[in-house]
Amino acid sequence: MNPFRQRCFVVGGLFALIILIYIGRLFFLQVVDQSYKMSASNNVLRYVTQYPARGLMYDRNGVLLVHNQAAYDLMVTPNQLHEFDTALFCQLLGIDKEQVDKRLRKAKRYSYYKSSVFLEQISAEQYGAFQENLYQFKGFYAQTRSLRIYPHNIAAHTFGYVGEVDDKTAQNDSYYKSGDYIGISGVERMYEEQLRGKKGVEIFMVDVHNRIKGQYKNGIYDTLAVNGHDITLTLDARLQEYGERLMQNKIGSIVAIEPATGEILAIVSAPTYDPGLLVGRERSANYKQLRADSLNPLFCRPLQARYPPGSTFKTVNALIGLQEGIINGLYTYYPCHYGYTVGRFHMGCHGHESPLNVVSALQHSCNAFFAAEYRALLDNPKYQTIDSAFTVWRNHATSFGFGSKLGVDLPYEVAGYVPTLSFYNRTYGKGRLKSLYIVSNSIGQGELLLTPVQMANLASTIANQGRYFTPHIVKEIREGDNSILDRFREPHYTDIDTTYFPIIIEGMYRAVNSPTGGTAGVAAIRGIDVCGKTGTAENPHGKDHSIFMAFAPRENPQIAIAVYVENAGFGASYAAPIASLMIERYLTDTVTRPWLEKRMLSMDLINGTTR
Amino acid sequence: MQNIDWFTVILYLVLITLGWFNIYSASYSADHASFSMATRYGRQMIWIGAAVVIAIVVLVIDSKFYSTFAELIYGALMLILLSVLLFGSTVNGAKSWIVLGPIQVQPAEFAKIAASLTLAKYMSRYHFRPESFKSMMIVFGICFLPSAFILLQNDTGSALVFAALLIAYFREGMKPILFILGLLMALLFVLSLLFELHIILIVIEALAFVAFFVLRDNHKELGISFLILLVTTAAAFGLCRWLAPQWPKYVPLLIGFGLAIPYYLYYTYRHKLGKIAAVIGIAVASIGFTFSVGYFFDNVLAAHQRARINHLLGIEVDLQGAGYNVNQSMIAIGSGGLTGKGYLQGTQTKFKFVPEQSTDFIFCTIGEEWGFMGTTLLLLLFLTLLVRLLVLAERQKSKFSRIYGYCVASIFFFHIAVNVGMTIGIAPVIGIPLPFFSYGGSSLWGFTMLLFIFLKLDCNRMELIT
Repeated sequence: MNPFRQRCFVVGGLFALIILIYIGRLFFLQVVDQSYKMSASNNVLRYVTQYPARGLMYDRNGVLLVHNQAAYDLMVTPNQLHEFDTALFCQLLGIDKEQVDKRLRKAKRYSYYKSSVFLEQISAEQYGAFQENLYQFKGFYAQTRSLRIYPHNIAAHTFGYVGEVDDKTAQNDSYYKSGDYIGISGVERMYEEQLRGKKGVEIFMVDVHNRIKGQYKNGIYDTLAVNGHDITLTLDARLQEYGERLMQNKIGSIVAIEPATGEILAIVSAPTYDPGLLVGRERSANYKQLRADSLNPLFCRPLQARYPPGSTFKTVNALIGLQEGIINGLYTYYPCHYGYTVGRFHMGCHGHESPLNVVSALQHSCNAFFAAEYRALLDNPKYQTIDSAFTVWRNHATSFGFGSKLGVDLPYEVAGYVPTLSFYNRTYGKGRLKSLYIVSNSIGQGELLLTPVQMANLASTIANQGRYFTPHIVKEIREGDNSILDRFREPHYTDIDTTYFPIIIEGMYRAVNSPTGGTAGVAAIRGIDVCGKTGTAENPHGKDHSIFMAFAPRENPQIAIAVYVENAGFGASYAAPIASLMIERYLTDTVTRPWLEKRMLSMDLINGTTR
Repeated sequence: MQNIDWFTVILYLVLITLGWFNIYSASYSADHASFSMATRYGRQMIWIGAAVVIAIVVLVIDSKFYSTFAELIYGALMLILLSVLLFGSTVNGAKSWIVLGPIQVQPAEFAKIAASLTLAKYMSRYHFRPESFKSMMIVFGICFLPSAFILLQNDTGSALVFAALLIAYFREGMKPILFILGLLMALLFVLSLLFELHIILIVIEALAFVAFFVLRDNHKELGISFLILLVTTAAAFGLCRWLAPQWPKYVPLLIGFGLAIPYYLYYTYRHKLGKIAAVIGIAVASIGFTFSVGYFFDNVLAAHQRARINHLLGIEVDLQGAGYNVNQSMIAIGSGGLTGKGYLQGTQTKFKFVPEQSTDFIFCTIGEEWGFMGTTLLLLLFLTLLVRLLVLAERQKSKFSRIYGYCVASIFFFHIAVNVGMTIGIAPVIGIPLPFFSYGGSSLWGFTMLLFIFLKLDCNRMELIT
């Protein structure tokens, strides 16, 4: 008997032990640990997002304003990268090696196994050449995207722009992933959900060389992209274009509204920029440049600028005085001797008839009348205290939509400002308010601040005799759910009786059309009854702002308009002619006063010269 | 012939059939699905046909032939290996192929058979004394001569296989101390790559003390010796930290250990304790070995071998580089789940994420398409084969046949353990084929000859073959 015979059990035991260890390890690998299954699908499945076409934008007459052009985003999945010919790669894409390294680092920071955008918006021609060599660049693939195109170089602020979604939104909103596009401003932002459509996904199987080997399970898990809804804007493209031309080389705003609906016909912010600048690969560079411009072209003045309303606000004070019974439309006369003087206080005015009633006071924009009227309101014993009298005035004023956002469907609208009692209490001490301290409110100076769109809405409200619809920019979401536009169909009413409005309208009519002379005679148009009110707002930043608000025609008004030209002087000098030209253009589609148009177009208020 | 072990023959046929179907799946492509002899599965079919012929020829030859000509075969193979080294052609970095027209042969596959036969012949000699130093050296020589040639051919995997033959030597009465020393070396090799030197020195000294206690339980003077070592080491450590803080930490430990050695020598001399002296000798040798590992690792091993060892030990994880194969292999096997994706349905292997999938990484295809059920079944089939071979070996009347049987089982075992272990990330990546499954004629023929020579010997198990 061999003395070492029992060693066969040691050997057999060793064999069995190793095999059992392996089976245990395989149990762990194949049954317990799920991560390898995930890695396997990461290896082999390629989710290619199908981007829908973004909705188009049309003007109110069906003119195409915003559409799309195909481009390609080059995507990279860092863990699938292999070494590649950098020189060829750079040459095909027209970038340098430094950029390649930088962009790869960025992609790796985002994720090693998820794909992200390596180079955005390659043109179709460039992509064609690259695609032939794509097999050499493992880990890269392309996705079809669309870029915005603007056939008319107008309304940049209104359209807004699209750009890559920021990291925070990408994390919080499951619809977006890094590199996706999202509306950043304007209609693109406000109507993002309607415009963006719905992404689809196609799932492919790829081999180790990143070559597509076929659809995953014959495409049963694929989803189709649903295109975004087209949008009809309320804008009139021709009027918008004309307004932007009139405002060239000036700083300011034009807002034109259709009084019967609240639809914004034109919304001009000057200076403006070419919307095509904020598209494509040059977007961030151009944005930086626009951002650095001292005239701040990115600032949307109609919605974001706050100005003193100046004399245009006299219409509101007149309405409040009439409503409160402080004045009578026909019989209340106040005197004016080149201004309003109380003790050492003097508020200047210009030469016109005296004494005068509210209609004439609006016609001549008499400061003394409104100062006297405003003090009569504040000091009227029926309110017992000046505090409650001020509160009555303030409540009337805010019923026009001042001091709060109107709710325009464009982003970044600001509220403007109507001073509050607590503000004055802080300024003058509680119970110490005197009517003379705040008499500037009577002529729209002082602490009052309105946005141009609020001013246009005032013109619209007067035209409608006390009723207004929230100004809005979107008329219809084509083939979509329009219920979000319902709020624009609900009328709002001021708390002034309708009966008082004809008095104001008469004053505004005379300011433009009176043979005895009004402040806004320059705005008169033969054959059209224009009603308007000038304003000249003093401001601490230099020359007065030129302001004009108007509507036309007097009967069945079609357009209400507000024009602001910063640091341009009297309301009658710039704002009124521009508004008048706009009205004529919108209502008759003609220019009967080419000399006036020429003067407005050639005036360069930015560089201080007349060309 | 009527004595042939049909159980093993059927097991062999089952395995090569399964192997062919797997190669079909691994090299199958939906793009060109028509059957063709030019593909890997087509050629493998030819190799299998040839293997069956070889098996029959082997069975026809008289069993005495193998024992009689063992040394001659061995010598011839050594000459062939040498000529491969001089005139062979290089495939995948290994200069281990002979090309004769359309046929490429890897002689290393057949050197295993020669070494097994010769080892069996030597150890079955009547005067063979397994414990003698001389026989140990001859056994080592028989095993490692071909191994050295193959190593020079840059085929590390095949060279290592010969170490498995020591299992047969173990069965015949190798001193267990060699086994322990072997384990100790492996342990120190791994530790010295993972840890700093001073930690390993402490481990060696601790092991030496454990050995002391086991060999001379509770001797009073052992406590004293321990105290001396502690004091000298602490003193050396303190002095070095104070005088030469820039020296590595292992230097004072070495000095302390060195200072204590004279006392140990005196102690062992006085008490005539040979075993204790042996422990000290082993400890000193271990320290020397530890220091030489670093040199061996940096200067002897090739860069890709270093990277693979680093990856296995978790020192450097580089999933794109050295670890790529193993990582992709584990992904493929892991994605198979309990029941697998179904035959020909594997995506990881089909789309070539796993490299060398029809040769060294063929096990991935099984893992991905047949799942845990499939891999377990296959491993149990292999275990059945191994155990059957041991059973057959133990029933041999002739010592030659028994030893040869052990050699066959050991070689199969080594291939299975290393190949499968590599695909599941618990053995280093050394490219050796999985018997009957990996694509390739040489390895299939080699394994077939290896197995069927033993089956032929088993037919004549009642005879004394010398």
